[in-house]
Amino acid sequence: MSTENGISRRAALVKLGMFLNGIVGAALAVPIVRYLLSPVIREKKFGYESWLSLGGLEQFPSGQTRLATYKNPVVNAWDGATGDIACWVRNVDDQKFQVFAINCAHLGCPVRWFPQSNLFMCPCHGGAYYQDGSRASGPPERGLFQYSYKIENGKLLIKAGEMPTPGQPVADKAGGKTRCA
Amino acid sequence: MRLIKKIGDWFDLRLQLSTPIRETAEHSVPRETASWFYVFGSAALTCFMLQIVTGILLALIYVPSAGEAWNSLQTLNHGVSLGWFIRALHGWGSNFMVAIVLIHMVQVFLFGAYKFPRELTWIVGVLLLLVTLGMAFTGQVLRFDQDAYWGLGIGASIASRVPVIGPWAVSLMLGGPIIAGATLSRFFALHVFVVPGLLIAFVGVHLLMVLKLGINEWPMPGRIVRRATYLQEYRELTHKQGVPFVPEAVWKDILFSGFILIAIAVCAVHFGPFGPSGQPDPTIIQTAPRPDFFFLWLYALLSFLPPSAETPILLIGPAIGILILLALPFVAGEGEKSWKRRPIAVLTILLVAVGLGTLTHLAEHTPWSPVMDAWSSQPIPSEFLNGRTALERHGALVFQAKQCHNCHSLDDKGGQRGPALDSVALRLTEDQLIRQVIQGGGNMPAYGKNLSPAETTALVAFLETLHPANQKPARNASQAVALGASEVSPR
Repeated sequence: MSTENGISRRAALVKLGMFLNGIVGAALAVPIVRYLLSPVIREKKFGYESWLSLGGLEQFPSGQTRLATYKNPVVNAWDGATGDIACWVRNVDDQKFQVFAINCAHLGCPVRWFPQSNLFMCPCHGGAYYQDGSRASGPPERGLFQYSYKIENGKLLIKAGEMPTPGQPVADKAGGKTRCA
Repeated sequence: MRLIKKIGDWFDLRLQLSTPIRETAEHSVPRETASWFYVFGSAALTCFMLQIVTGILLALIYVPSAGEAWNSLQTLNHGVSLGWFIRALHGWGSNFMVAIVLIHMVQVFLFGAYKFPRELTWIVGVLLLLVTLGMAFTGQVLRFDQDAYWGLGIGASIASRVPVIGPWAVSLMLGGPIIAGATLSRFFALHVFVVPGLLIAFVGVHLLMVLKLGINEWPMPGRIVRRATYLQEYRELTHKQGVPFVPEAVWKDILFSGFILIAIAVCAVHFGPFGPSGQPDPTIIQTAPRPDFFFLWLYALLSFLPPSAETPILLIGPAIGILILLALPFVAGEGEKSWKRRPIAVLTILLVAVGLGTLTHLAEHTPWSPVMDAWSSQPIPSEFLNGRTALERHGALVFQAKQCHNCHSLDDKGGQRGPALDSVALRLTEDQLIRQVIQGGGNMPAYGKNLSPAETTALVAFLETLHPANQKPARNASQAVALGASEVSPR
């Protein structure tokens, strides 16, 4: 066996070894990437949203807007209080309701309801909304996010489970109406 | 003494490190670089080491669980002996580290250190700035309080605006559909494993290049950097007028690092740890979340950008900024190093500093946010009420009850979202006031549906009294002529 052949044979073995490791690496990358993408995969497969009760209709007097809270449908034992989500419920006329996300449509800060001036105001960058959730002033580009709702056995149910963001507003996904000024 | 030397020799025979360490320590540096201007890099490294030590100490107690993190911070503050001090050191160490990294960056920029052959040193430095800011942001999340919770909401809202993959980016960032335990866990992994790993790697490469290429020489006006001749010139500079790094230059580094550590400790003792603020319970909505100091400028910017420009500027702006920093050594890799001959460089630094400083200052006062409790906690000063009619006083009551005060100030009390109303009657006539109240506009909500005609009349009557005693309120002269022609006395 010549030296030249020996070198080329070892070089070929090195290449073979690297090829083998490349294949193993690629094979391992698949489950790793899948593991990392699990929040996205889960969202596409099962979705995060489901119908949740906000309680009896008697809590929401006609013509008023009240704060309601619910437990997020997808929670872990160690989520603590972060699994409790707030929203604003407006009883328009006992027939029609509006359920607004607590998150400002600008950057998600918690909006507060002022019944005296019938406005929602955001403490972060000064967004304001009218009582029907439409944009009144400030940096938001649109009105408040709205959850789809239905009434069953005297209880108000909303379809929720995911934090609404400007890129993925709940109402738009659920096919609900979005109000924009 | 002999025993120590023997033990040292025993180790060195096996490790063989004493020669390279001595060579590194005594390597020659240009004489003028043994300067107080050259101490910021080592000070940033000192801060980083303090962060590693205090971070490990905090990890002994801290629980990265959404349900328990806040309680474990309370335990650190109150239940563990001197836990508050370790938290304060880590928090102030973080602020000092960001500040010193920025100062270091300004110094090497003004001294032209990014030019040939140190382009890659600069680029790795830019990456170090980004990972340092990454540490600051992820660390702010680990202080899992109300600010952290809603800060994550802001981050998710920004991420969601990325075209096409926005919603996925949010799910990946939060680790699920909402801000919860999975979110904190992944920020813990980032803050404790991923980003520090990058930081250590980048620091290693950065330092290696400083050693291999030599420290940037003191820039002299007129000494031009040219690729063909620079290396030779630098070699002569270090060999002919060079001094050994240890001890000629290093004593300033050591003294300054010590001074910085003392300053951090003094701040930690005097000001104490940062937070935590309220519990991360999203059903507690009486909160006004604010980011930490080094992100305040961004917070201010987000309230001033026009809505239509916000998404593109938010998404493209940072990318352009980073690209400019990365491209700098390739665009200006040769030429003058001295800041005395680089006016545009100096002006750029001044412009950026004034811009960031102004935005930070504004963010500390948040004039764009309504003062959420001004209507109930800040009464109208009595000079605006004395000697007013019953109708006007009723208008003042409407002003408070309808939360006008949240956005409009009187005598510097109340919100600054809208204009101050101390002398609004000079600017707007009665009809214009009515129109503005009812229809809104110019960033003011319309109050037409929320005020009865009687309330509007009273409110406008009150607003009409808001003018200095020696100046008359604005009036529509043509209207007076048209409507009251008979009353106007003929000339």
